[in-house]
Amino acid sequence: MFKVERKPVADLGMDDTAKGLAPERIEKVMRWVLERESDARLRTYVETCIHCGLCSEACHYYLSYKRDPSYAPVSKVRQTLWDILGRKHPADGETVKKYARIAFAECNLCRRCSMYCPFGIDIAYLLALVRRICGLLNVAPQYLQDNTNSHIHTFTQSWVGQDDYVDTLQFLEEELRMDILNARIPLDKTGAEYMYTPHSHEVTFKTHLLANMARILNVAGIDWTMPSTDGWENTNQAMHAGYYETMGMIERKHFEAAFRLKVRRILAGECGHAFRAAVYDGTRWLGWKTPPVPYVSAIQFFYELVRDGRIRIARKIQEPVTVQDPCSFVRNRGLGEMLRYIIRATCEDFREVTPKLEHNYCCCAGGGVINYGPPWKFIRMEGGRIKVRQFRETGAKIVIAPCHSCHKTIEEMSDFYKLGLHVLFANELIVKTMEVPEAMRAVQQKNEGTGGV
Amino acid sequence: MYDFLTGMEFYRFLKGPMVWFAFIIFTGGSAYRVISLVYRSRNAKVIYTYMDLKYSLRSILHWIIPFASTNMRNHPWMTIITFLFHGCLIFTPVFLLAHNMLIQESWNIAWWTLPERTADAMTFIVIMCVVFFAIRRLVSPEVRFVTSASDFVILSIAAAPFVTGFLAFHHLMIDYRLALNIHILAGEIMLIAIPFTRLSHMLFFWLIRAYTGSDFGAVRHSKDY
Repeated sequence: MFKVERKPVADLGMDDTAKGLAPERIEKVMRWVLERESDARLRTYVETCIHCGLCSEACHYYLSYKRDPSYAPVSKVRQTLWDILGRKHPADGETVKKYARIAFAECNLCRRCSMYCPFGIDIAYLLALVRRICGLLNVAPQYLQDNTNSHIHTFTQSWVGQDDYVDTLQFLEEELRMDILNARIPLDKTGAEYMYTPHSHEVTFKTHLLANMARILNVAGIDWTMPSTDGWENTNQAMHAGYYETMGMIERKHFEAAFRLKVRRILAGECGHAFRAAVYDGTRWLGWKTPPVPYVSAIQFFYELVRDGRIRIARKIQEPVTVQDPCSFVRNRGLGEMLRYIIRATCEDFREVTPKLEHNYCCCAGGGVINYGPPWKFIRMEGGRIKVRQFRETGAKIVIAPCHSCHKTIEEMSDFYKLGLHVLFANELIVKTMEVPEAMRAVQQKNEGTGGV
Repeated sequence: MYDFLTGMEFYRFLKGPMVWFAFIIFTGGSAYRVISLVYRSRNAKVIYTYMDLKYSLRSILHWIIPFASTNMRNHPWMTIITFLFHGCLIFTPVFLLAHNMLIQESWNIAWWTLPERTADAMTFIVIMCVVFFAIRRLVSPEVRFVTSASDFVILSIAAAPFVTGFLAFHHLMIDYRLALNIHILAGEIMLIAIPFTRLSHMLFFWLIRAYTGSDFGAVRHSKDY
C-alpha cells in the first residue's frame, strides 16, 4: 500500500492542544458532529461513493504534488471520515492532529471536486465536518484561532478596533479630497442605497483599496455609507476554523449594522470567503434562506457601473493581463463572465486561462489557508504549482485577482517562483483606467491629470 | 453437495420462492432506502430549501449523456467503458430472450427481446468491462489508494450473473446445470445487494445529482458539469 508522507510542521494551535485531549472528549465531539449536527448528506455521500477516483484531477493539491494519490479528494475522505465512521480510529490527540492537517491544510474547500464527481458528491462538505470536529476540539492552526479570537473581541479579523477604523476612514477621506472635489466617506448615513463593507486589511496595511473604493463610489455618484460601529467588517475566519457559533455571531453583527442604517444593499469588498460567509454559511446558520439584506459583490457592482456607463473608461491597460477566478465569486456565485467583462473593458490584451471560469483551479490559499501564517506558507507555494504553470502559459504580466486570499498568495508565488507578475484587484483596475470628470477634480488634480492608485 | 447444486430441487427453489424473496427485498429495500433518505433530509436546513426542478434535471441530463460533462471528456476511455458497462448491465437481463420466456411461462406477458447474438455480445462486454475495472483498481494509483476488499466484492457481485450466464449459454467450462443454478443465485444476490451495499448508487445517483445540481444552478449560479 502507499505510504503517506508529509513534512512535519510545528503549529502550537495543533501540537499543544492535541496533546492533552481525553479520548472521551474526542468521542463525544465526533458523535455530536457526525450524529447530531450533520444531516442526511453525510452517510448518503459516504455510502454512495464508489471509490472510482475520478475526482482526483479536480484537486490542485493532487496535480501540484505530482499526482500523489493521497492528495486526491476521495483519499482525504478515506483518511478521515471513513476511519471515523468505520470506528477504526484510535481516539487520541495524534489522530485528531492528523485529521486536522488533512482537513485544514490539504483542502481549500473550493468545491471543484463536486464538479468532477459523477455523483456530484460535495466532498468539501465532508471535509468541513472534519474541520468542525477539529475546531470543537481546538485543534486548528494557531493563526486561524487567533483570527477567531480577534473576531470575538473586536468583530474584525486582525484586531482592528472601532476607534482605529473610524480614524482611518477620516484620514482617508481627507486624503481623497486632495484628488476628488468634496469627496466623502459618509458614516452612518441612514437609508443609503449601499453600505460598503471592507476587509479589515483595507483599514490597516492596504488602505489604498478602501481609498480606491471610495474614489469609485464618489466618481460614480453612488448613494453610500459605512457604519461607524462594530459589524463594519465582513470577514469570517471562524467559519474556516469550524467555530460556527462565532461565525453566526459575526454575521449577525454585520447584518445588524445594515439593519440599523436601513440600507437597501450591502456592497461587499473583494474578499471571497467573506462573501461566502455572508451569503451562504453565515446566513444559513442564522436561519435565513438568502441574506436578509441583498448582498452585492464588488465584481457585480463594477460590472454594472461599467455596463451602465456610470463610470467611463478613459484608457486601457496595454500589458498582457490574465485572471484568477476566485472560488467564492466564480464557482460559487457565477460571476466569472462579469469579471471578464470588466477586464475586457479595461485591458487591451486579455489572456484567458485554461481551465477557466468555474473550472479554474483554486489559488491554494482559500478556505482560510492564507491565514495559517508562516508555518504553513510552504503548503501554498507547493500546492500552487499548478496555478503557477497556468499563469506561465498565458505569458501575462498582470493578474487580476479580485479576492484578498488569491491576491496575497499569487503575489507570494510570483516572488517565490520569480514569475514577475503584478497582481491587481478589480478596484485597482477600475481606478487605473476610469475617467474622473473635470468638474470633480480637485485643484492639484486639474494640474496633474488623474490620480494614481 | 455437487449433486444438490446441480439438482432440480435446488433449481426449483431458486426459480420459485427465492425469486420472490429477491425481488421483494430489492423493491422493498430500495423503497425503504429512498424514502428514509427523503424523510431524514427534512431535518436538514439546506436541502429542500434549495431544491429546484430545472437545475436538478440539467445536472442529471449532463451526467447521463455520454461526454456531456467536462470530466467525461477528460477521460474518454473511462466514459465509453462506463456507459457500455452500465448500459449492457441494465439492458441485457431485462431484454434477454431466456428471461422473457420464463416470465411468459409464469404470467403470460412478454416484451421485446434482444437477438441472442447481440445479448451474448453485450454479456461479453459487461465481463470485459469488469475485468477493466478490476485492473484499473490495481494499477491506477489514485484508485488503488481508496480500494479495499469490499470494492472487489461489489465488482464480483455485479459480474457473477454475467459470467455464469455466459458459461451456461455456451456450455463452457462447468456443467450446464451447475452454471445455470449459480447464475440464478448470483442474479438474486445482486438484486438483494443493491439496496444495502454501495450498489445503491443506482438509487442515490439521481437524488444526489438533483441536490448538487440545484445547489450549483439555482443557488450558486454556476455549472456542475
